[in-house]
Amino acid sequence: MTQHPEERRLSGDEVLRVEHMTMRFGGLIAINDLSFSAKRGEITALIGPNGAGKTTVFNCVTGFYKPTMGRILMRRSNGEEFNLERMSDFEINRDAKVSRTFQNIRLFTGLTVLENLLVAQHNALMKSSGFTVLGLLGWRPYKDAAKEAIEKARYWLEMINLVHRADDPAGDLPYGEQRRLEIARAMCTGPEFLCLDEPAAGLNPRESLELNTLLRSIREKHDVSLLLIEHDMSVVMQISDHVVVLEYGAKISDGTPKHVQNDPRVIAAYLGVEDDEVDEVLEEIEEVAEEVSHEHEAGQPTGDAR
Amino acid sequence: MEYFIQQTINGVTLGSVYGMIAIGYTMVYGIIGMINFSHGDVFMLGTFAALIMFLILTSLVAGMGVAAMLLVMMATAIVMSSLWSWVIERIAYRPLRGSFRLAPLITAIGMSIVLSNFIQVTQGPRNKPIPPMVTKVYDVYGVTISLKQILIVLITIVMMTAFWYVVTKTSLGRAQRATEQDRKMAALLGIDVDRTISITFVMGASLAGVAGAMYLMYYGVATFSDGFIPGVKAFTAAVLGGIGSLPGALLGGLLIGLIESLWSAYFSIDYKDVATFSILAIVLIFKPSGLLGRPEIEKV
Repeated sequence: MTQHPEERRLSGDEVLRVEHMTMRFGGLIAINDLSFSAKRGEITALIGPNGAGKTTVFNCVTGFYKPTMGRILMRRSNGEEFNLERMSDFEINRDAKVSRTFQNIRLFTGLTVLENLLVAQHNALMKSSGFTVLGLLGWRPYKDAAKEAIEKARYWLEMINLVHRADDPAGDLPYGEQRRLEIARAMCTGPEFLCLDEPAAGLNPRESLELNTLLRSIREKHDVSLLLIEHDMSVVMQISDHVVVLEYGAKISDGTPKHVQNDPRVIAAYLGVEDDEVDEVLEEIEEVAEEVSHEHEAGQPTGDAR
Repeated sequence: MEYFIQQTINGVTLGSVYGMIAIGYTMVYGIIGMINFSHGDVFMLGTFAALIMFLILTSLVAGMGVAAMLLVMMATAIVMSSLWSWVIERIAYRPLRGSFRLAPLITAIGMSIVLSNFIQVTQGPRNKPIPPMVTKVYDVYGVTISLKQILIVLITIVMMTAFWYVVTKTSLGRAQRATEQDRKMAALLGIDVDRTISITFVMGASLAGVAGAMYLMYYGVATFSDGFIPGVKAFTAAVLGGIGSLPGALLGGLLIGLIESLWSAYFSIDYKDVATFSILAIVLIFKPSGLLGRPEIEKV
């Protein structure tokens, strides 16, 4: 963190800024000169047609890939800044407090539900147990830390309604519960920035409603900013504050859900319509937008689907 | 009947040593899917570390109790084996982690040769005997049990319990199991995967060190080539029990020890290794993933 401090500072309300990021795989340009930023405390959605490079953006932000060019700045709430593209994957989680979930769920299926949540708290436990040695000797602070970790896991199990399955292997859970568990596990690492790759994929409408509630409470109660990839437009429009649209690895639109929704380029790209059909689609979209805004005015859908 | 019990006791003792070495194979295989062929030689280094410590203690410290001496020898063996294993992992395996599967296997064989030749050159090629340390023998209804056999079995039980506890109950063990299942995901949860793998090597090596000290106490002799045969036997034990499974490694070790001693008791001693490996082959035909190994089911 030495060079040009005034130039690289993020403004206080920005949590992540991607600048001129390019990712090439051989001759394929997956991301081309992409810049966007995510604001603290907001839910930013990343949308775009299949193959637009959304997951590649995630992989670059979370250290799965190293971008070919560009930089990714992350600012924590204590003011520390990190260049994510220079950090290795575990440091991005441990130091920069960025966490993620996957489109195809990656739980530790052989570990129990509780253990999945405890693994996520490994660093704190490791430190307090004096790298296991003191812990084995029954050191007091370790016992307290272990208790605290279990409390935290319990809190998240309650949030996702899985307390009764705590000791079952995570692989035995049904799909929707695995998705929620993956989010809880990501939250147990104590992130400040959470990336969710298609959290609603494969969920039924009820589950997807529960998910919306969960995501909102994560943002409100836990001071976490979210970046999510989503195909389910109802989720995007209902919960996101800011939408970034990608097509062929480049940004084609950026703004509020309302703005993006009405952007003809987005409609053309996203729905893949011919140019002369755009007007027609625009009308349809407006109708949907009105419905959604009505719903908002009538208060959030209160159907607590439990 | 007494003869049978006698041979069983001998077999269990030998099996305990194999089991302790086998843990190192099985843990490393579990976490990075690699067969660490230099592990047998790390065990051999343990016997030499214990031997050298024995010589230092007997020549410099007069009138030291046998128990204290054994403890110091064991500690030395643990420290030296762990140190070597850590260095080997650091210089020979970690740089090849992203490489194809056979690469670390080849360097492992290379490291095995390096270690045994290093000891051959620095310590000499001849057998190094030590005077018997523990000579007490108990006679129970016509069966002789020596104190050193009891010691070996007890120490094995203690070490295994400690290991089982670390792997199943501590945060370190959880991180190891998580890394075993999905290394990348573990890293994304903030776990330093490289360090966890190093710790796994060190843990396996410390058990091999203990086994080395026990081996020296039991047989009273150390040779540079000692890493090979016990190493291969322990590896066989790990495969027989189901590679990747901790209880499997111990069970496999005990079985191999028993087969060896019982075969030599009733049949030709020249064929004891043939018997051991034949049984391995037969078990693998019927249970390809070993006795306690979990079969890998691929989801389609």
